[in-house]
Amino acid sequence: MDKREYQWAWLMVLPVLVLVAFSAVIPLMTVVNYSLQDILGRSSFFVGSEWFKETLNNPRLQSALLRQFAFSFTILAIQIPLGIGIALLMPKRGWQASAVLILITMPLLVPWNVVGSIWQIFTRGDIGLAGFTIRELGYDYNITANAVDAWVTIIIMDIWHWTPLVALLCYSGLRSIPEAYFQAARIDRASKWATFRYIQLPKLTNVLVIAVLLRFMHSFMIYAEPFVLTGGGPGSSTTFLSQSLATMAIAQQDLGPSAAFSIIYFLIILAVSYVFYVTIMNMQKEKAAQQGAGGAE
Amino acid sequence: MMEWMVWTLPTALFFTAIASGLLGMTIWEVVSPTIERKGFLPISTTRGDRFFIGLLTSAYIHLVVVGFTDISLWVALGVSIAWMAVLMRWG
Repeated sequence: MDKREYQWAWLMVLPVLVLVAFSAVIPLMTVVNYSLQDILGRSSFFVGSEWFKETLNNPRLQSALLRQFAFSFTILAIQIPLGIGIALLMPKRGWQASAVLILITMPLLVPWNVVGSIWQIFTRGDIGLAGFTIRELGYDYNITANAVDAWVTIIIMDIWHWTPLVALLCYSGLRSIPEAYFQAARIDRASKWATFRYIQLPKLTNVLVIAVLLRFMHSFMIYAEPFVLTGGGPGSSTTFLSQSLATMAIAQQDLGPSAAFSIIYFLIILAVSYVFYVTIMNMQKEKAAQQGAGGAE
Repeated sequence: MMEWMVWTLPTALFFTAIASGLLGMTIWEVVSPTIERKGFLPISTTRGDRFFIGLLTSAYIHLVVVGFTDISLWVALGVSIAWMAVLMRWG
């Protein structure tokens, strides 16, 4: 092997490094700098860890964090099984497959704030199809006054918007399973459930890692949709973390505290994503080790 | 040019420490490549994994100390360094 080839490969990575430096590393460093200072216009002075103490003990932010976790885990618990189910039901070939794929992808193409507007109109009591129908059926549905209505609506909206992503990922995973596995299952007269449990689900692990991570990070940073739909209300019952952060940083111009808040936010996403990733990858590794041991017997 | 980043001495020292840590890990890796092994952590890890877990947990140690106690941050730093050493050796 010629060593020079490898050195060329390193040079090829440089543009990406520069890009990442400007898009991620430098902004992150700046946020760390901001988080330790009180910044007023052009002057700034050092306050140490004060903003962190204040942020961690702010009851408004604590409840926003709890709401955020409740939201993210609720939509994950619904979207992942639902996405797998839809992928299993989708036609495998022919024009039906293409038609269903296009139909399913539609919600993913709608910009986030437009999703919020669509649902805002859809759920209005006077002119919205859903809002009007539910009211006519006798339930006093009102997302601007009833917190439960607002929550359920936001969760349904997120499911409508993002389950297609999970379904598409699972569909591509299912299509990549070789036909021989299913033939073997038919020879063994495996039930549909056994085929799913021991062939399809294990083969889906990789795409499910991606789906869970993407959906967790997306939902944990959700901003535009609830902001347009409910504006964080009624009260603050649907104010999630990113909206609290935007209020602090942009509306109130509290750069120091919002920088401290951003870092805590970042650390939470980092830790949860890492735990998800390690757990799922480790499950797979253990399974491979078990199969290896089983084959050797 | 870098004025907008409002650098302070503590943050500069912090990032220098992180950068030299990463650089040190890279040199160590080139000199003697890591072998994945299982310590007291529930998963088998490489050196780099343990370093990352150490940094992340240290960040949380600092947050807990700053947010919910009146203990000095130097204590948190000491605990974190000790924890990092334990993790790298036996993790």
